[in-house]
Amino acid sequence: MTFMEFLNMGGYAVYVWSSVGLTVAVLIINVITARRAVSQELERLRKRYANEANTGASQ
Amino acid sequence: MWTWFHKLSSPPHFYRLSASLIPWFGWLAAAFLIVSLYGGLVTAPADYQQGDGFRIIYVHVPAAMLSLFIYMFMATAAAIGVIWRMKLAHAVAVACAPIGASVTFLALATGSIWGKPMWGTWWAWDARLTSELILLFLYLGYMGLRSAIDDTNRADRASAILALVGVVNVPIVHYSVTWWNSLHQGSTLLKKGGPALPPDMALPLFGMIIGFMCFFGAVALTRVKREVLVREQNSKWVKDMVTSK
Amino acid sequence: MTARQQRMLIVILVLIGVGIATTFGLRAFQENLLYYYSPSAVQAGEAPVGRKFRVGGLVVPGTVKRTDGEIDVSFDLTDNAAMVTVEFAGILPDLFREGQGIIAHGKLNQQGVFVAEEVLAKHDENYMPPEVAESLKQTHAGGPSK
Repeated sequence: MTFMEFLNMGGYAVYVWSSVGLTVAVLIINVITARRAVSQELERLRKRYANEANTGASQ
Repeated sequence: MWTWFHKLSSPPHFYRLSASLIPWFGWLAAAFLIVSLYGGLVTAPADYQQGDGFRIIYVHVPAAMLSLFIYMFMATAAAIGVIWRMKLAHAVAVACAPIGASVTFLALATGSIWGKPMWGTWWAWDARLTSELILLFLYLGYMGLRSAIDDTNRADRASAILALVGVVNVPIVHYSVTWWNSLHQGSTLLKKGGPALPPDMALPLFGMIIGFMCFFGAVALTRVKREVLVREQNSKWVKDMVTSK
Repeated sequence: MTARQQRMLIVILVLIGVGIATTFGLRAFQENLLYYYSPSAVQAGEAPVGRKFRVGGLVVPGTVKRTDGEIDVSFDLTDNAAMVTVEFAGILPDLFREGQGIIAHGKLNQQGVFVAEEVLAKHDENYMPPEVAESLKQTHAGGPSK
């Protein structure tokens, strides 16, 4: 099997590669958004606690 | 058993446990997905009827299986949250919903792309396709309901009831192809008498399913971490952890 | 009964209640949930008269007739009990072949011929390499082309 044959997928290239591409994209987006949600929350909390410490407020 | 249960339900303990488990799930997922995708696209033979077009199975079936698995997982977590008043269980259910919605979308989209060349249509209102679409709406409804309620405890309870009611759709999705005449064929892997495909086709498929499961483990635990931080932001352990870094 | 047991009971009752309601609902709409009728059902007069419906079955080998120079095609569908003749003018799916599962959407005409507007292929859950399909075909006639 040549590399071109592999890419061609027996004439189903459009269907196979769009499915695979979409799947990889959805998986990667899931990982990125989940990780970003954690780091953003940590950042928000860091600012909040720092703010509270600076103003000296116990609330 | 109960001490284990209580320890697991303690947010700081769970947070630390998640942090140490996530890399394991993540790297296992990457390894299984890369090797199995290579197996599915390169080493597995073409199908006698569909040729190389059948290779869409390696992304479609794992996505579809995961869409049902995550829903059951989410509903179980929500039920535990309601019955034992366990906030951590609600946090787990919340973390599942967006992942479930995205893989359900993936199952529908790859199915549609597969249906066009083989069946001759992108979409049909048959029982399997329609019930899978309802599954997507259940996930979206769950997330929409939560975002509409400001109070976390009320949102937990209301969304848990929606998740539990939606459980009826899970057997409908699974058995739709046997209960009614449908365009979608029966289950290949769960066929009576064993999977209806030879080992060189089946192994990469099992590998992809394991990879998807590990992916779900890694992403769900990451989302639970975020959810625990939000819910526990006024507790001492979160403050100590964040400020000490 | 503790409060926890009460909540557990409520969860179980909700599941059972919704399950029963759904079962009755699905039974009531059984007709609409069928994506297609079998040729036997059509012959028995169970299919709707005067409006469009779908009929599904296997293409009987040797019955596929094409009109020269046209895209018109006619073939018989069977469920191994009854047969329906289908006429179609349009593009057939890749999987259309003799012995293949097919679902046609259209109407019965006065002669009892099913005039289709759309033809879809329905394949089964078996996947195998061509060599295996070939050897299966040789061992028992009729083979895997079900």
